[in-house]
Amino acid sequence: MTLAEKLIARAAGRDAVRAGEIVTARVDLAMIHDSGGPRRVEPILKRLGVGLWDRDRVVLISDHYVPGDDPDGAAILGLTRDWARRHGVTFHDGQGICHVVLPERGHVAPGMFITGGDSHSPTGGAFGAYMFGIGATEMAGVLATGEIWVRVPETIALDWQGRLPRGVLAKDMILAMCGRLGMDGGRYQAIEYTGPAVRALGMQERMTLSNMAAELGAQAGLIAPDAVTADYVRAAGGDPGDWARWQGDAGAPVAERHTFDASTLAPQVAAPHSPANAGDVGDQAGQGLDVVYIGACTGAKHADLAAAAEILRGKRLAKGIRLMVAPASRRDQDRAAAEGIMGVFEDAGATILPNACGICAGYGGARLGADIRCLSTTARNFKGRMGDASSRVWLSSPYTAAASAIEGRIADPRPHLEGR
Amino acid sequence: MGRISGRIWKLGDDVDTDALAPGRFMHRPMAELAANCLIDLSPDFAANARPGDLIVAGRNFGMGSSREQAAQALKDRGLQGVVAESFAGIFYRNAINLGLPVFVGRASDLPDGAEATLDAGAAVLRHAGGAVALEPLPDFLLALIRDGGLVPHLEKRLAKEGR
Repeated sequence: MTLAEKLIARAAGRDAVRAGEIVTARVDLAMIHDSGGPRRVEPILKRLGVGLWDRDRVVLISDHYVPGDDPDGAAILGLTRDWARRHGVTFHDGQGICHVVLPERGHVAPGMFITGGDSHSPTGGAFGAYMFGIGATEMAGVLATGEIWVRVPETIALDWQGRLPRGVLAKDMILAMCGRLGMDGGRYQAIEYTGPAVRALGMQERMTLSNMAAELGAQAGLIAPDAVTADYVRAAGGDPGDWARWQGDAGAPVAERHTFDASTLAPQVAAPHSPANAGDVGDQAGQGLDVVYIGACTGAKHADLAAAAEILRGKRLAKGIRLMVAPASRRDQDRAAAEGIMGVFEDAGATILPNACGICAGYGGARLGADIRCLSTTARNFKGRMGDASSRVWLSSPYTAAASAIEGRIADPRPHLEGR
Repeated sequence: MGRISGRIWKLGDDVDTDALAPGRFMHRPMAELAANCLIDLSPDFAANARPGDLIVAGRNFGMGSSREQAAQALKDRGLQGVVAESFAGIFYRNAINLGLPVFVGRASDLPDGAEATLDAGAAVLRHAGGAVALEPLPDFLLALIRDGGLVPHLEKRLAKEGR
């Protein structure tokens, strides 16, 4: 069996499953947030006249309407907090973006089957868990029954040989994959990222790959767990269990295999309005910018902040550039502050925004205005997503974002790293 | 299902959930969000789509976010359903869970504005010039849509289990 088949077979209580079968799986954990969570599921649970199937298997995280500085958002947060109290679920309030907070608090471990009420839920696949996103009605069904149907996916192997050169990050890898496979290349099947260049990544970089399995149109974005995974899970207070068993069998049927060479990868930039418009940074270099945004679960974790600061240290923003930094979690921001990384952003003249989804999801007061040109470390640059329909968004790594903030236009980060 | 007729709204590939349910309306009441469905991509649709109309689109319809308001907005506008060459997985699940008929099929030869009827049971899109065969849904998904979505379906099941 493939890794995906093994994970689903375990959750379905079966010895074996194969791609194409529809099975009912028991859910180990359901993650919900303030947007698709309580305000949407509670009316359904009420109508069904049932409570939670198991409150110890539900984690609620507020991130979309944080900090709640408008009346509608504040009301949604109030409802969310009240629901958490009444149902007695684990609640991380204002601690950061759900996809980063869930693993950092030890909730994710290899072998688990997890549903998340958000499309970037494949992030959990970085830990060797089968995690995928569902909508609010389907989540209400999970909360009521603890079960969900799933069609056992085929596996698409995305294999990275070689070693990433200096100046190139996981974000560049995933943008390159979006460029090659397109936004439906994943066909709602399971992606498995493999190869030495994937193994060489730390957990937060792996999370960037799995997170953007969503942009490849896959259901899940798996990485088989190893000692790096187990160490992270233990340090977060979780239990990695018998992690070594969660590997696909040699010779298990793989529907597609695509091979990439990490050693020749250049920094990538995706032009408006699709992550699939990715290409080498040279193709977009010189494009003028108004805003650089370092934010989101896929672009402002501790590893992303550290990368951006490596280039920004001791530098000032180009004239006319506004740099906004929204660290993905409180914990990552605290760690970055202790290491002097937040000070680098402040010294450079950046605006620091709350630990929340913010404008990546089109929420909050910092949304892009008419005709604004923005380079962003986020996952999606769909038309109008981050603000006005006339704004344009390019996507890049935090290295490229930092270099571009200094130059005032899209810039190759590699010269900025020389001697650093 | 299957007796209503309405006009076809033709859309292209990769219609995303931010177009269907724009973030800037997500905190607003559902009626306001539905009124602004596709406002950036097709202001004409946002202003003029009527109950009984349907969408014919290309590949990867509903890509992007898990926000089910993307499907809810189409359902609330009273659409018969969506026929697309392919769907993004989460949107597809959401649509069925909300009782919005979604079918995989190639109907791109039909012109924008043409009258058509979606026959979900037979998996056929009927129009003045003939019919387009669509990929049939597995029985249990068709049953979900017939029940009106996952919630009424679960109501039935829980009643049967005596909960």
